[in-house]
Amino acid sequence: MIRLFALALSLFATPALADWQQTLDAARGQTVYWSAWGGDARTNAFISWVGERTEALYGVRVEQVKLSDTAEAVTRVISEKAAGRDEGGSVDLIWINGPNFLAMKAQGLLHGPFVADLPNARYLDLGPGSPVSVDFTVPVEGMESPWRLARFVFTYDSARVDAPPRRMADFVDWAAAHPGRFTHPGPSNFMGATFLKQALIELAPDASVLQDPVNDAAFDAATAPLWDWYDALRPNLWRGGRTFPENESVQQQLLNDGEVDIAMSFDPASAAAVIADGLLPESVRVFVPEGGSIGNVSFVAIPYNAANAEGAEVVANFLLDPATQAHMQNIEVLGAFSVLDPSRLDAEASAAFDALPTAPALPDLAELGPTLLEPHASWMTRLTDEWARRYVE
Amino acid sequence: MSHEGRLLRAAVLAAVALGLIAPIAAGLWQTGRAAFGVLPALGRDAVSLGPWQDLAGLPGFATSLRLTLVTGLGATLLSLLLATGFCAAVHARMTRIAGARMLTPFLAIPHAAMAVGLAFVLAPSGWIARMIAPLAGWERPPDIAIVNDGWGLALMVGLMVKEVPFLLLVILSALSQIPVARHMAAGRALGYGRGIVWIKIIMPQVWPLIRLPVWVVLAYALSVVDMAIILGPSNPPTLAVALTRWFFDPDPLMILPASAGAILQAGIVAGGVALLLMLEAAGRRLGRWWLRRGGRGLSAEPGLWAASAAVMVLMAAGALAMVSLAVWSLAWRWSFPQILPQSWSLKPWTGAQGGWMRALGNTALLAGATAGLSLALAIAWLEGEDRARRARAPWAEALIYLPLLIPQIGFLYGLNVGFLRIGLPSGIWAVIWAQTLFVFPYVMIALSDPWRALDARMIRAAAALGAGPGRRLWTVKLPVLLRPILTAAAIGVAVSVAQYLPTLFMGAGRVATLTTEAVTLSSGSDRRVTGVYATLQAGLPFAAYLAAFLIPALVHRNRRALAGGGA
Repeated sequence: MIRLFALALSLFATPALADWQQTLDAARGQTVYWSAWGGDARTNAFISWVGERTEALYGVRVEQVKLSDTAEAVTRVISEKAAGRDEGGSVDLIWINGPNFLAMKAQGLLHGPFVADLPNARYLDLGPGSPVSVDFTVPVEGMESPWRLARFVFTYDSARVDAPPRRMADFVDWAAAHPGRFTHPGPSNFMGATFLKQALIELAPDASVLQDPVNDAAFDAATAPLWDWYDALRPNLWRGGRTFPENESVQQQLLNDGEVDIAMSFDPASAAAVIADGLLPESVRVFVPEGGSIGNVSFVAIPYNAANAEGAEVVANFLLDPATQAHMQNIEVLGAFSVLDPSRLDAEASAAFDALPTAPALPDLAELGPTLLEPHASWMTRLTDEWARRYVE
Repeated sequence: MSHEGRLLRAAVLAAVALGLIAPIAAGLWQTGRAAFGVLPALGRDAVSLGPWQDLAGLPGFATSLRLTLVTGLGATLLSLLLATGFCAAVHARMTRIAGARMLTPFLAIPHAAMAVGLAFVLAPSGWIARMIAPLAGWERPPDIAIVNDGWGLALMVGLMVKEVPFLLLVILSALSQIPVARHMAAGRALGYGRGIVWIKIIMPQVWPLIRLPVWVVLAYALSVVDMAIILGPSNPPTLAVALTRWFFDPDPLMILPASAGAILQAGIVAGGVALLLMLEAAGRRLGRWWLRRGGRGLSAEPGLWAASAAVMVLMAAGALAMVSLAVWSLAWRWSFPQILPQSWSLKPWTGAQGGWMRALGNTALLAGATAGLSLALAIAWLEGEDRARRARAPWAEALIYLPLLIPQIGFLYGLNVGFLRIGLPSGIWAVIWAQTLFVFPYVMIALSDPWRALDARMIRAAAALGAGPGRRLWTVKLPVLLRPILTAAAIGVAVSVAQYLPTLFMGAGRVATLTTEAVTLSSGSDRRVTGVYATLQAGLPFAAYLAAFLIPALVHRNRRALAGGGA
C-alpha cells in the first residue's frame, strides 16, 4: 500500500504528468467545438461517439461543427483575429489538412506545441522522418496531433471493369478504350489535387525534386510529361473533361449511379464501409497503382484563440488512445487506419487490432504497396494554379 | 394622434435603420476595405488596387462573369415571360386562392433542396433517364452534360422552377387590385386579341406593382450560391460560387480578391437593376407608339399557350424533384437503371446520422423568432403609416428592399468581423438577427398590399363608435387581417428556413439548421440523408402555410367573408 502510494507520488512528481492532471482539471466541464468536414456520415457518427466517451471519462463534451470545406474554420479564425478576438474564440479543434495547416502555422494562428505533452503520444513514432512528424514535408513541430491515416486509393466497379489501369500512365489508354467512364474531382478540391500529384510523382523525370520547395525551372522540367499525359487523357474523361465533380463524395455517387467506373478515395477502407452502408454496389473493389500511392496523416489542430484549448487537448489525447484507434479502424465503425506505431503497442492493444473484422472490399496492407511521400506543399499550389491556367476556359 | 403616429414611425424607422441598414453598410465597408487591400489581421494596411488585378487575373474569371450574367438575366427574364404568359392564359380560370394553394409547395421548398432533387431527376443517370432506359436499351447512362452543363442551362431551369411560381403569386396578387375582367371585356369588344389585351392593357398596370419583386428575383438569380453549386457548371463556376470558394481558400490572402469580387457582385446586381430600368423606359416609349398604332393582333394566342405549356413542364419537373427526395429518404440501395429503389429502409430517418431532431428544433426556433420579430416590426411600420396618414415614400420602400438587393456574400464576411469587433458573441442571437435582415423585407412585401386594401369604412365606423387607434388596431384591423398576417408569417418561416450564408457566418457554424446540414451533406454522397433533410426543410414551411390556411378558417368559421379568403 505504501509502496503503491509512493509510486503514485513519484508519478505525479513527473512534471509532464502533473501538468496533464492540471489540463484534465481545467478541461472538466468544457465543451469542445470541433470543426470537421461533415460530408461523411460515418465520420460524423464516430465524432459523436468520441464525444460520448470523453464526456463519460473526462467530463469533456464534443460538438461537431460540420463544415463543407475545412477552410471555413480557417476563415473564421482569421475573422476573429481581424476583429481582435485573441481569446475565447469559437473554434476549439480543427480536423485540418496540409495546405490549411501551413496557412495557419505561417499566420501564427495555432496553439502549441502540445503534442509531446499528450500522455498517449508515447504510442507515436515522433522521430524527425516519421509520417506523423511532417505534413506535406513541413515539420509539424507539435502544432497538430495525428488521428487517422490517409492513403490515396482508386475504387472501381469490378462488375464493369475487368482490368483497371496498373500505372498512372495507363489511364490514357484505358480512358481511350472507355471514353467518358473516368473523371477526377476538380483540382481546387483536395482530392483532385492529390490525383494530379499522384500522376506527377510517377511521371516526373526525377521525383526527388518534389521534396524541395518549387522553383520555375524545376517545375517546368518536372511537370512537362504530366501535361502531355493530361492533354491525352482529358478528351476521354467524363463529359469530355469540361466539368468535374465537386469532390470525391460526388464522384462516389457517380460511381454508384453508373456514370463512371472508377472513383478515388483517401481512405482504403472507405469502399468496404460504404458498401456496407448501401451506397455502392457490392462489386466495388480497391486498387493502387503499381509503384504505390500517396499517403499522409490526418491531423487535428487547436487555434491560438481557442476558448477550450484544454478540452481540445484531452480530445486529441483520447483520439490517440490504442482502444480508440482500434475502434476507429474497425470496418463496422469507421475503417480508417491507425496512426500508432505498432511496435510501441503492448500485447493487449495489439490483440485488439488483430481481432478486427475484415471485408472483401477491404485491402490488406500488402495490397496497398509502398507509401509515397507528399510533395512539398508549394508544388500543390503551383500545380493547381497551372492546371487552372491551362484548363479553365 | 398625428403626434403619436410620428413617434411610432420614428421608432420603427430607427429600428430598421439601426438594426437592419447600418449593419449592412458596416459589412459592406469592411468588405470594401479588404477589396482595396486593407486587412490588418493578415498584416495588410496599404490601400492598393492589387486585389482587383488579382481578381481579373484569376483563371476563368471572364467566363464566370459571363455565366453569371447569362444565367441570372436569362433566368429572370424567361421566368417573367413565362409567368406573364401563364397568367394571361389561365387567369380567368384560376382564383388567387386556388393558385396560391397550388404554388405553396414550390414556394416552401428551399432552393438547395429543390436543386438536389432536380439534379437527380435531370441527370443522365437520373429519374427521367431511368424511365427512358428500358425503351432505349441503355445499360449505362449516356455521357451527356445535362446537369452542370457549360452554358448553365440546368442552373437556369432550376432557378426558373423556383422563380416562376414566386412571380405567378406576385402577379396574381397584383391582378387582384386591377379590374381585369372589365378591361378584358372592353379590350375584346374593341376587337383586340386576348393576348394583346394582356400585353397592351393589363401588363402596363401590373408592372409597377411587381417591379420590386422582379428586382429581388434578379438579384437572387445573379448571386445564388447553393443552387449554382449543385446544378451549375464547375469549371469555372458562376461568379458567386467562385467567390465563396475564394473566401474559403487555404491561402487566407485570397480573401482580398474575393472581397473585390464581392463588391463587383454587388455592382453586377446594381447594373442588372439599372438594365431593367432602362428596358422599362424604352418599353414605355415603344409601347406608347405601339399602342397608338392600334394593331388588334389576334395572333398572340399560340405564344400564350407555349408559355403555359413551358410552365406546366417546369412545375412537373419541380414536383418530380420533390417526390424523388421523399423517395430517396426511404431508400436503401437505388442504382441505375432502377426506376424505384431495390431496397427500402427507414435507417436514414432513424439512424445515428439522423441527428435531425436538433437541427429541426433549431430551425423551428429560428423561424418562429424571426417571423415573429419581422411581423411585429412590419405591423408597427404599417400602423405608423396609417396613423401618420401618409403613403410610403419611395426611399422607404427602397430601404425595405435593400437587404434583398445586395448580394449576401458582399457584406456577410464584413458583418461578421464587425460583429466580433464590438464584442458580441456569435450564436443563436446573432443568427436570429441576421436572418431577420432577410425575413423582414419578405414579410413586409406580403403584408403591405392586404393592409392597404383593408376596407377603410370599417376603421371609420370603429372610430365613429369611439374606438381609439390602439383599439382599432387590436379589435378591427388585426382580426380582419388574420389571414394575410398568418400568410406573411408563413412566408417569413419559409425564408428563415432557407437561409444558409447568414446562419453559417453569424452562427460560427455552431447553429446547425436543416439548411446548413442539408448543404453540408449535399457535399457528401448520401442522397438518402440529404432526402431526409430536404423533406423536413420543405415540410416545415409547408406546415406553416397549412396553419396560415387552417387557423383563419377555424377562427372565422362563422364569418363567411373572412373565412373564405378575401384578402
